[in-house]
Amino acid sequence: MPASDNPFLTALQLILHMDSDLFAIVSLSLQVSLVAVALAALVGLPLGAALALWRFPGRNGVIIVLNALMGLPPVVAGLCVYLLLSRAGPLGEWGLLFSPTAMVVAQWVLVLPIIASLTRQQVEALHGEYAEQLQSLGLSTARMMPTLLWDARVGLVTVMLAGFGRASAEVGAVMIVGGNIEGVTRVMTTSIVLETSKGNLPLALGLGIILLALVTLINALAHLMGETAKRRLG
Amino acid sequence: MNAPFPTQTPIADLQLDNVSFEHRGQSLLAHTSLTLSGCRRTVIMGPNGAGKSLLMRLAHGLLPPTSGQVRWQGKTPVQAMVFQRPVLLRRSALDNLTYVLAIHNVPRARRKADALQALATFGLTSLAHRPARVLSGGEQQRLALARAWLLNPDVLFLDEATSALDPAAIKAVEDAVMTFHASGTRIVMTTHDLHQAQRLADDVVFLHNGQLREHSPAETFFSAPRSSEGRAFIQGELVW
Repeated sequence: MPASDNPFLTALQLILHMDSDLFAIVSLSLQVSLVAVALAALVGLPLGAALALWRFPGRNGVIIVLNALMGLPPVVAGLCVYLLLSRAGPLGEWGLLFSPTAMVVAQWVLVLPIIASLTRQQVEALHGEYAEQLQSLGLSTARMMPTLLWDARVGLVTVMLAGFGRASAEVGAVMIVGGNIEGVTRVMTTSIVLETSKGNLPLALGLGIILLALVTLINALAHLMGETAKRRLG
Repeated sequence: MNAPFPTQTPIADLQLDNVSFEHRGQSLLAHTSLTLSGCRRTVIMGPNGAGKSLLMRLAHGLLPPTSGQVRWQGKTPVQAMVFQRPVLLRRSALDNLTYVLAIHNVPRARRKADALQALATFGLTSLAHRPARVLSGGEQQRLALARAWLLNPDVLFLDEATSALDPAAIKAVEDAVMTFHASGTRIVMTTHDLHQAQRLADDVVFLHNGQLREHSPAETFFSAPRSSEGRAFIQGELVW
């Protein structure tokens, strides 16, 4: 990797040289985080909507636990997944430890509570407004779910972004279950940690700038989508 | 589906049997017995807080009564309700209509044509692709009526459907009510507008303080109300 004393210059050089190592790292970062967010959404959206619509004993407990898990330290999540996937662990036979799949699992654990919990809030608010009308139209609670999720879509994009932010920024979990193996499980955040510990601060900072730029780009796209939708939908 | 045709079989009677509703220990509707039958236009009247909207929600089945029974004497009819503030989905006017057709299992191929027809019936054709929630209050209420129209209801409930509208929009809603009625739909509506009640009512249910005071034919209620509260109400002496 090219290096200079100026982190901005380093970042620019990295990008301009289309460094293949850098490209691999960036693309793995994005893949792991996006897949984790997508899989967390697959579970978290219906889970959040269900929590918003159904009253059952222990519901408040579930909500409190989910809210608390939003603040789960990534290293703890990483450790739990590590124990699960390590050779001696219950899923050790799958041989997933130190693979991108393990990193996806760890980030999924971190992102799921965020998506489920924030989705519950969004859907619950919308349900307050829609409930009588949908009930009058003869919809069962189960059939209200897709309608409410779809009508909450503008707010849910922000929920996804919060999840993606969590996934792309964390380092503890992917470090533990991925191992920061060059060319296999090295991602942006783990590279930054490595370069920092090697004392290669400009490179670390350059990588940080690229990471920040990427996250900003994705947020900008989502924001534009949301604004367009808001203007179109009222 | 396009135009509700006069129902062949008579619409089942709606019977409220000694219905009460309490909320947090407070009685909001007490021991109300009432039968609504035929293809009539029933207007529920009373001052604010009398329990009009509550009675309507109990009748429509949106709320269960605390005690007593709400039942249809025969086959439960198709019902629709138009609310004071229309709740429209965050999609285009047209999509709001195809949505109700979809949830009522109308074949996909027919939905758009049916929806466009309903939009035309309520003078909304030019607004088909506008987002429903940026329409004016009157347009939104007409869209809500078009949505109810597509359900082809036997009974249509309207809860203060015109109270936030200007005179032209009020007229449009009242015309729509007459269109529904002409096609064989029983109308049950609440209003606190005396003139509107006089224009629309076949019979009047008068509530006061969560109690049913009288249920009379419109001409009786407006000329010689049987209850003293009813008399005070139509003379403009607000009773609380």
